[in-house]
Amino acid sequence: MEKSIEEINTRIRDGNARVVSAEEMPDIVAELGEEEALREVDVVTTGTFGAMCSTGAFLNFGHADPPIRMERVWLNDVEAYSGLAAVDAYMGAASESTTQGNAYGGAHVIEDFVSGRPVEVRAISKGTDCYPRRTVTTTLLLEDLNDAVMVNPRNSFQCYDAATNMTERVIHTYMGMLLPHTGNVSFSGAGALSPLANDPAYRVIGSGVPIFLGGTQGMVVGQGTQSSPATGFANLMTTGNLKEMSPEFLRAATFTGYGVTMYVGVGVPIPVVDLDVVRSTAVRDEEIMTNIVDYGTPHRERPAIARVSYADLKSGKVEIDGEEVRTSSLSSYRKAREIAETIRTWVEAGSMELSLPTRRFNAAKRTRPMRETKVVPRVREIMDTKVVAVAEDEPIRTAAAKLLKGETNHLPVLNGEGQLVGIVTTYDVTKAVGSTRELTVVRDIMTRKVVRTTPEEAVDVAAQKLERHNISALPVVDPAHRVIGMLSAIDLGKLLGGRWQL
Amino acid sequence: MKLQVSFSRKKVSEPIIARVVRDTGVLINVERARIEPSEGKVLIDVPDESVKLVCEKMRALGATVEVLEHAVMHDEEECVDCGACISVCPQEVFSFDEEWALTLDQGRCVLCGRCVQACPHGALTVEK
Ligand code: SF4
Ligand code: SF4
Repeated sequence: MEKSIEEINTRIRDGNARVVSAEEMPDIVAELGEEEALREVDVVTTGTFGAMCSTGAFLNFGHADPPIRMERVWLNDVEAYSGLAAVDAYMGAASESTTQGNAYGGAHVIEDFVSGRPVEVRAISKGTDCYPRRTVTTTLLLEDLNDAVMVNPRNSFQCYDAATNMTERVIHTYMGMLLPHTGNVSFSGAGALSPLANDPAYRVIGSGVPIFLGGTQGMVVGQGTQSSPATGFANLMTTGNLKEMSPEFLRAATFTGYGVTMYVGVGVPIPVVDLDVVRSTAVRDEEIMTNIVDYGTPHRERPAIARVSYADLKSGKVEIDGEEVRTSSLSSYRKAREIAETIRTWVEAGSMELSLPTRRFNAAKRTRPMRETKVVPRVREIMDTKVVAVAEDEPIRTAAAKLLKGETNHLPVLNGEGQLVGIVTTYDVTKAVGSTRELTVVRDIMTRKVVRTTPEEAVDVAAQKLERHNISALPVVDPAHRVIGMLSAIDLGKLLGGRWQL
Repeated sequence: MKLQVSFSRKKVSEPIIARVVRDTGVLINVERARIEPSEGKVLIDVPDESVKLVCEKMRALGATVEVLEHAVMHDEEECVDCGACISVCPQEVFSFDEEWALTLDQGRCVLCGRCVQACPHGALTVEK
């Protein structure tokens, strides 16, 4: 048996459609069986509300008098992209204020607009014959704009890796604050309520399909950028009229140490047209699996350290290596439910009709990494291979003499096996001289916790280490902890001063 | 119940808490302490029935005592019930109720401030 979309829409118009949420569907299917569920249920509603950096709006300001071609434009000091026609700009949610940093950004501008607050618009231009004006400053409300169209390149991921941190310091990421030593796990997405989790083969979600977006009815434009359905990470490009949206479902946010983002509410009503849809919407949290990955690894391929289900993640704790680790979400399950509920009321009231995709997604699409034509320089290429070191049981005088020769300001300290056990700087020696304690050998004054690098580490990562620890040199060690070089801020500076800018 | 105890410069070196424990026999849990050259601030946890007695004793020794009722301020308008604060809190102050709304167990807070940093929506503030 199949059910046509016309049949479903007729029921919606007549007020007879049976609408259930994706949370209720599994039990209904279990109770009635697939055939009966197909007959009974017409629409399954989904929803998700989480951080979606890839969000923004096209704004049309109208013409000033005399007119200006707005070449660069700032809204409340947040720059919008204006490489478009004369009085249009795209305000990206993640763009940050030139004056307030990440306390205020594009997402906040958008939230201010939808909340009815005034926004200061500033633009500059070089002036042309047709657009003679060179600057303009005005204060606008959302209603003053001709158009404000939200277009989000990628929203509503099918699934997302959960994050943890195996390093020894707190890290700040777009997955939130991650405590050291696998101290917590954070995850994103609504699990079985997530739109794409209910249609993983993209049979009914595609271009032109009506959706809930930011509190109003929008639609799917197409497959989102970086969508990778072949690996279970599909997403949607969405659009909707910003003027109809509400701050209930569109909220600016800042992840400390990362930046500005926007929480967006997205929901898709799924027409139950055949048994395949019945089966795909019967999915439970227990069946949706994801990896917990280590965000402390500064590489594109982050190691997966556990595989868990959304049911595990939502339970508040998971087990990693025999230890219980607390989990928590970044996206709001409560809001996701509210979205699914809102769609239900729309469909039941006959104010939202459904349609099948005018264009299907490519389910075989797979995201590729960037093709890099210039390889990131490695520490090996710029390190100083001439290493002046000192043994831990040598007198401090020896260290002082080596430092005084002026070839280095950082002396790696080695044990009997030639392995790195500490570091000594001019400062340590000076301090030792002033100390009242009995200090005789290098071991007594060295710093034991040495921040180090490896020959294969990318120089950007090494540069970050220097900055974070506020130091100026790193010993380069091989797997046997022998020092094979030194990397100093000066070496990095030479490199970064040229083609690299951090 | 949590008490915020502050004492000034010259009292800093005196064992105020130890003295109160000895004199009252009340077992005091020290949850946070910030001792600086000019002042000291200590967050202590005291059984509800002994709060009055401990406060009196502390004050007699020259300390300022405040009962901490709302350690973390939670702005419900700003909060979206995401849960980003839950797993970072060492004291398990936050949790979800059956409706997936955030709930707080204020009494457990030790004012570490981690949740304030973790909340993406600026919905949390902590008393200084
Ligand atoms: S201040 Fe610290 S202890 Fe208190 S609620 Fe926040 S994270 Fe928990
Ligand atoms: S992190 Fe902030 S917004 Fe999220 S639940 Fe906690 S208080 Fe609410």
